[in-house]
Amino acid sequence: MVHQYKLNGYNIVLDTASGSVHTVDEVAYDIIAAYKTHTAEEIVEMILSRYGDREDVTREDILDCISDVGELEKDGKLFSEDKYESLAREYKNNSRVVKALCLHVAHTCNLNCSYCFASQGKYHGERALMSFEVGKRALDFLIENSGTRKNLEVDFFGGEPSLNFDVVKRLVEYAREVEGKHGKNFRFTYTTNGMILTDEMIDFVNRECHNVVLSLDGRREVNDHFRRDYMGRGSYDTIVPNFQKLVKSRGGKGYYVRGTFTHNNVDFTNDLFHMADLGFTELSMEPVVCPPGDLYALTEEDLPKLFEQYEILAKEMLKRKKEGRPITFYHYMLDLKNGPCIYKRITGCGSGTEYMAVTPWGELYPCHQFVGDEKYSLGNVFDGVKNTAVQDEFRGCNSYSREQCRDCWAKLYCSGGCAANAYHATGSINGVYEYGCELFKKRIECAVMMQVAEAEEE
Amino acid sequence: MKRIKTVETKDIAKTTATGGCGECQTSCQSACKTSCGVANQQCESKK
Repeated sequence: MVHQYKLNGYNIVLDTASGSVHTVDEVAYDIIAAYKTHTAEEIVEMILSRYGDREDVTREDILDCISDVGELEKDGKLFSEDKYESLAREYKNNSRVVKALCLHVAHTCNLNCSYCFASQGKYHGERALMSFEVGKRALDFLIENSGTRKNLEVDFFGGEPSLNFDVVKRLVEYAREVEGKHGKNFRFTYTTNGMILTDEMIDFVNRECHNVVLSLDGRREVNDHFRRDYMGRGSYDTIVPNFQKLVKSRGGKGYYVRGTFTHNNVDFTNDLFHMADLGFTELSMEPVVCPPGDLYALTEEDLPKLFEQYEILAKEMLKRKKEGRPITFYHYMLDLKNGPCIYKRITGCGSGTEYMAVTPWGELYPCHQFVGDEKYSLGNVFDGVKNTAVQDEFRGCNSYSREQCRDCWAKLYCSGGCAANAYHATGSINGVYEYGCELFKKRIECAVMMQVAEAEEE
Repeated sequence: MKRIKTVETKDIAKTTATGGCGECQTSCQSACKTSCGVANQQCESKK
């Protein structure tokens, strides 16, 4: 499938099945758009009627360009055939390993953010902390079910994991003790709200965690609107210095300062630039996930504004990179030369199959977003996955499993989308969260444009 | 080509033969936690 769009002065043509990216002038842009539906003679006439007054646009020249398009088609770089559908099913059916767990070490939180998808860390259940025994069993479950996978990922999540830090430390120590013996390499992520990050915690996290996710929504007034403690006090003044200290001593290891934007701050780039002003360079900002009736839910009217914001961000990032003060935005990190293979692109995030969330009691869910929804309980780390019907439903999710994705150019970039978003929007994990799709497509268009702009610079 | 420039990219079609080691990061695990995007994931084998 071919997708064409114009952005920031570039005419961009994507060939989705091969992953090819072309930049073209407006004449070639129109030729490519007509190539599959018109004869060469019709194209020549059409182009001459549009550009005939230009000296560089002649009949011969148009025929040359049509021939170039034909050559790219022959080389599999334009109009290439998407032959991956059966591969998606087979690959996912044959893959029975677990490689990542989201450990809910604390179903409790020291913040009381009203927009929290996890109902202030409790996930609509009781407050609880994971015991070392449950966590250890979860790590063993991961090792036992990981087959030949070497890299195993574990995210310490909550609620707020710092409220159960002693268990976090002991679990990391245990993992380091046993990983060599099993030929594994644990990669830990620590997701924190930053409220009680002590120096000891910072040292530990920076030593042991491959990645750290630091929750901050941006400007003080934006952050403190939702991210407040139980007394109603904003968190900004506490967390920003903690995050700055953590990042400063991180020694170049990976981290993200991650925010959520809502209807209240559709100008979210100002929050990202504020994060950059605070000294953070690795940034992520996600649209809020909530029922459409909520006051802060994103609306249809917000959509064009959000598109504009993504464009502003892309252009500003290009500018800052040129000026030698780059920032990274998670969704704009595209590596066109060394990015994911086709298997990654068609099989998705792996929720419910290779990735699961573990509650403080050791219960398994397809991912953190499903925790607390009893019908999605998969089993537990002691007895393994018992609810194979639900797991099979997740195993069936891929780039091709949703009818609405069939004609979408972005399906090899999003891999069919987030099952939880689909479920919340449509009641089915096989549905499509169209609003999220629109934002996703815009982000990919911007990310590819940035790659094109940088390639032009070289 | 006079009017078309092709950016250097990985040929996805070819990775049907070389890919699938599964060592790459689970996409949701890294930073977003609310949206599945695979395009920005790093390939661990760089094939």
